[in-house]
Amino acid sequence: MRGADYVIKRGFFAIVTIFVAITINFFLFRVLPGSAVTDLSRVPHASPQLQHALTVEFGLDKPKWQQYFIYLAQLAHGNMGISFAYQQPVSQLLIADLKNTIPMVTVGTLAAIVVGVATGVLSAWRRGSPPDHVSTNAAIFAYAFPTQWLGLMLLILFAGTLPAGGMENPFVFGTEPFWPHLGDIATHMILPAATLMLTAYGSYTLVIRSALLETLGEDYVLTARAKGLPHRHILWRHAMRNAMLPLVTLVALDLGLIVGGALLIEVIFSWPGIGLAMYTAIGQRDYPMLQGGFLILTVSVILLNFAADLLYFRLDPRISQ
Amino acid sequence: MTLPLQDPQLATETGAEPSRRSGFLRTVLRERKAAVIGLAIIVFFIVLSIIAPYISPYSITQQTCAVYAPPSAAHWLGCDDGGIDMLSEIMQGGRISLIVGFAATLVAMIIGGGVGILSGYFTGAVDVALMRVTDYLIVIPDLVFMIVIASVWGASLFHVIMVIGILEWTTTARIIRAQVMSLRERVYVKRTRALGAGHLRIIGKHILPQVGPLLMANTVLTIAIAIYLETALAFLGLEDPTVTTWGTILEHAFERTAISSGAWWAIVPDGIVIAVLIAGCFLFGQAIEDALNPRLKVAHLSVRRWRLRPLVGRGPDAI
Repeated sequence: MRGADYVIKRGFFAIVTIFVAITINFFLFRVLPGSAVTDLSRVPHASPQLQHALTVEFGLDKPKWQQYFIYLAQLAHGNMGISFAYQQPVSQLLIADLKNTIPMVTVGTLAAIVVGVATGVLSAWRRGSPPDHVSTNAAIFAYAFPTQWLGLMLLILFAGTLPAGGMENPFVFGTEPFWPHLGDIATHMILPAATLMLTAYGSYTLVIRSALLETLGEDYVLTARAKGLPHRHILWRHAMRNAMLPLVTLVALDLGLIVGGALLIEVIFSWPGIGLAMYTAIGQRDYPMLQGGFLILTVSVILLNFAADLLYFRLDPRISQ
Repeated sequence: MTLPLQDPQLATETGAEPSRRSGFLRTVLRERKAAVIGLAIIVFFIVLSIIAPYISPYSITQQTCAVYAPPSAAHWLGCDDGGIDMLSEIMQGGRISLIVGFAATLVAMIIGGGVGILSGYFTGAVDVALMRVTDYLIVIPDLVFMIVIASVWGASLFHVIMVIGILEWTTTARIIRAQVMSLRERVYVKRTRALGAGHLRIIGKHILPQVGPLLMANTVLTIAIAIYLETALAFLGLEDPTVTTWGTILEHAFERTAISSGAWWAIVPDGIVIAVLIAGCFLFGQAIEDALNPRLKVAHLSVRRWRLRPLVGRGPDAI
């Protein structure tokens, strides 16, 4: 029963947070000087009548709260407005971009978890040894270097051997069969995903290390040792299971960082994702795109956080008590 | 077993409090090597940015060598796309980066400290309202939010400072709140209240000095985050285009084909300088936190340190 309470509470929190994000999104862009009408009526001899007609047509004469409800209603229908620069619906453009972002971010994050767990386990298992010092210090520095710098370094080191930008070879006009095409995308993905891995893995290493050191000191690990179980078995079956809990929390909390990092990475490697779309929109003053990108990224992070809450609940039933 | 209210020892202990506090930093520095290294790095960069205009070899507004000239005896770190000496640029760029880092952190600490103290001290409805706001801001991805605000406001140094400041206070607020909540239940605070002291006096005289060291640790850690975010915002073209910072150096190198020109010297030293300062802040801030609260070494509590994020609503130990 308490468990259901917990799920409902977290779900309610997620919904309210999404609502807050939508509201911020609406009002933030309403404080801008000028409106769509000011822009359109810059044509020569724009009469006050024309301006007025446009204002009425766009509903800008209505009070703000009414505009807000219209915005909510339109958003509920999936309408995020029309991009200034592309003259196409923002939702269509951004969903196409999101499809490119998701694989890159997923691969990068999974790589970060794998590398972080591997180096963290090594550090904790060989505590105080040279490998421990190397991996701990490397983790601190990987964390301290700016994401964009790590990306640029990989570009300098691997430009020429690996594709440096874009998502696929532009000289293959969709004629390639499926598998070679997938291989092409995968090679383009190596550098961006590696940058994301370097950005995120450092904190995982340090957390796995300290979590593992803590669980390795527990009585049940001592008992397992006394029973004569093999070290490998104690490490992975007994100690790691509890040490994984902080990692789940951290991955969820890191999502904001990963999304921000992905944005910078997409700019560096011209990866045609939602981050690059937002970067382009900054330069073009394409506010509907910016607004849409912010909303999609924020809602994704909120939903993934909710998923992590549920996962955490599944892994550690103690939290509902 | 002793009744704290009647314990004569307690009065002298609280009376001796200020001298113990001022010695706190000294103790941390004496006992922790990481704190010394971290503080040395921070002091080094502060001194460097103060004296940079007097000791930097060249002007950062005049062309003194060829475009993307490689490192040489005259120009140790080579030159950038405008023929400007990289070493001078990094030395003087640090000034603005540090100003952004410190100013944004000041804003964040004022908001975060204020929210934390109000929330922890008054509890009740104030606490609920303030913590709701904090919780929402924590979940929203900060860099994305900053980009949106900064591009709406326009690119300027002041806006970059404010954007970072008004979004990076949430962790501090949470940590300070937890500390204040435990402080307000301490006997000497209750006793002061019983003697008729007002809220302002209790907060100013008894709560604020006690959260001082914690606030300091958070300040140092937030400076690192602020400098990091400044480079990110600058890289996306949201920094004032007329200033030179560590962030804009990277931006210019990327935008103006340093990579295809093979000019690694326009990129590598800058990133190393940023990373060394950020690592220094982490070492120092963490050493203070560890000294304050040995419990932070426990894994699920230490999670926060690496992302400066609290564990929201996850069990009784959540901060």
